Amino acid sequence: MSLGFVYSDIWEVLFLQNYNTRVVVLSTVLLGISAGLAGSFLLLRKRSLMSDTLSHACLPGIGLMFIGVTLAGGNGKSLSWLLLGATLSGLMGVGLVTAIRNTSRIKDDAAMGIVLSVFFGLGIVMLSLAQTLGGAAAGLESFIYGKTASMVNQDFQYLLWITGGTLVLCMALQKEFSLICFDENFARSLAWPVHFLDVVMMGLVVAVTVVGLQAVGLILIIAFMIIPAAAARFWTEKYRRMWMLAGFIGGCSGWMGASVSALLPRMPAGAVIVLVSGVAFLFSMFFGSARGVLKIKHRQVRMKRRVGRQHLLRAVYELLESKEKGGNSPVSITELMQKRSWSEKRLHSLIAQARREDHVEPVSGNRLQLSESGFAEAARYTRNHRLWELYLIRFADVATQHVDRDADHVEHVLGSKLVRQLEEELDATVHGMQLPDSPHAFVGAYEI
Amino acid sequence: MLPPTHPPHIPLAIDDLTVAYNEKPVLWDIDLDVPEGKLVGIVGPNGAGKSTLIKACLDLVPRASGRVMIYGEAYKKHRRMVGYVPQRESVDWDFPVSALDVVAMGTYGRIGWCRPVGKKFKQEAMEALERVGLAEYAHRQISQLSGGQQQRVFLARALAQDAQLYFMDEPFAAVDASTEKAIVTLLHELKDQGKTCLVVHHDLATVKEYFDWLILLNMRVVHAGPTDEIFTAENLKATYGGTLSALAEAGEALKRTKGATS
Repeated sequence: MSLGFVYSDIWEVLFLQNYNTRVVVLSTVLLGISAGLAGSFLLLRKRSLMSDTLSHACLPGIGLMFIGVTLAGGNGKSLSWLLLGATLSGLMGVGLVTAIRNTSRIKDDAAMGIVLSVFFGLGIVMLSLAQTLGGAAAGLESFIYGKTASMVNQDFQYLLWITGGTLVLCMALQKEFSLICFDENFARSLAWPVHFLDVVMMGLVVAVTVVGLQAVGLILIIAFMIIPAAAARFWTEKYRRMWMLAGFIGGCSGWMGASVSALLPRMPAGAVIVLVSGVAFLFSMFFGSARGVLKIKHRQVRMKRRVGRQHLLRAVYELLESKEKGGNSPVSITELMQKRSWSEKRLHSLIAQARREDHVEPVSGNRLQLSESGFAEAARYTRNHRLWELYLIRFADVATQHVDRDADHVEHVLGSKLVRQLEEELDATVHGMQLPDSPHAFVGAYEI
Repeated sequence: MLPPTHPPHIPLAIDDLTVAYNEKPVLWDIDLDVPEGKLVGIVGPNGAGKSTLIKACLDLVPRASGRVMIYGEAYKKHRRMVGYVPQRESVDWDFPVSALDVVAMGTYGRIGWCRPVGKKFKQEAMEALERVGLAEYAHRQISQLSGGQQQRVFLARALAQDAQLYFMDEPFAAVDASTEKAIVTLLHELKDQGKTCLVVHHDLATVKEYFDWLILLNMRVVHAGPTDEIFTAENLKATYGGTLSALAEAGEALKRTKGATS
């Protein structure tokens, strides 16, 4: 098996036939799920970088614990001890950030930068000290870059507990967690123990980080936390769905990353997993159904089209109005051209669009006529437009941010009472018209 | 000496309250008894501690000294009688929740821990949203609402708290005409139900029209009492000090209200 891998290998990995692979892959999936969930809180609480500080701050604890336990005659590589050390120094790091922020004028980001680098430096020193104790320290540097293949049954069990705990807490405390993320002060005004909830929430983050360290490494674990959550945000406007999706994306990334790295023995899983979730993020960013780039672009195009349609139909309607008879009859495109400052190309593309939408019927010569539905639409657009104009004129000082010209029914935005009032006003000024006349024409009347 | 107890019919009684940020006092020796069933405006220049006063009443900022009683008891005990409308800018409106979700947060204080928002509470939230005229926006993500609509969502959330005493931090800040009208209507509804509302307010021109009771605040209570009695040029001068623009504005407001009443 020099070049590729055989089918049976793929089979074996994907379907977890081999015990070691099973432990590794399942552990990574669990890690992905819990990191995705915990990461959602970090993201919503705007504490993404906290997780980076935390993971870097874990390193000295690992080194110290190894040295301490080894000198005491124990097994320095015992996972429980190492993770305990990691937790303690990680918490210390986070506590230090808070302390620096609270006691000096140094801001959060700088405080995190300081703590992160100093703890990491200290950790490196500890690891090299640990090397002097003998060969047993050889595996410790896997905490830096991660070594998924080294995951054992114990990791799996820890992860099982942590994932289960995360899921239970997320379900039980969803309204509590979401409220303190959204509006902490309001939560406190309900006399909730916000600090306690915060500690629980960040406790989850610490637990996931510490257990994930060995698999993905302290440098990359932030990606594990943040990327799935950030990707999930593109797909939904609901936090519950965002949490679930983040867990799902995290789990899938973990599964795919770990499988690939099991197939390609020299490929470090942590990096592959991050790359996979990076791809998921990019995909979500472009194709996300709630706020993906394409979705937003699509909305803009649709909006542009709608504005164009309204302009065209209103222009035709106003032309018809200016003719003596009124009613629906053909209008010349040349006249239409003078109605607004649009280019010929733009006008023709608008007409073509209106024709596709059956708002306009072709008439011989350089003319066009509104269809029945087009006429009705045009009347509606014109009416709405004029009501808005009037509204803006009457309430110029306060109204601007309330105007939603795109609303199909003015009443929905302004309320039917106000619209009736506006309509009466228009009627009073313009006698015998079935439609409110353009208020531009009689602005002067108000001024007198 | 503080009096031992406060009569339970006084919605808000403040004794000797002092609040300091970084050893710099923001509020000094506030003594105040707010009568029930009034629309109370809190008025004063920038930095006068208007928001801080509200936050101190709600236990959101630490107090250097003093005592705040809500219907004769400490805040913790009577917190369910209190509704809160924070400043609109205090939260991130990009948060993935719908308008209805936000309003439902008003009922969280009555739902037990770890329990989901039941049908009954969702119904209440929906009714609150209807009262502010936003029922059809219930399922919109909150960043898709206009500023005025966001403000109304916050008000609806406070309504869902079903409180006796409301604290509102600048609900009229940067809202459109229809929202302003909706808020005023709502305030009167609350008043008619015998509820008390404390509202931080900036626009001196509308003070007389909106509020029947007034707290003129500038780090201390300059004056407090019925609007008719204390909304005078002299008192405003004492509150706003020498700031010319504010004084001019106050003078204008007074002229206008005098013109309106005579």
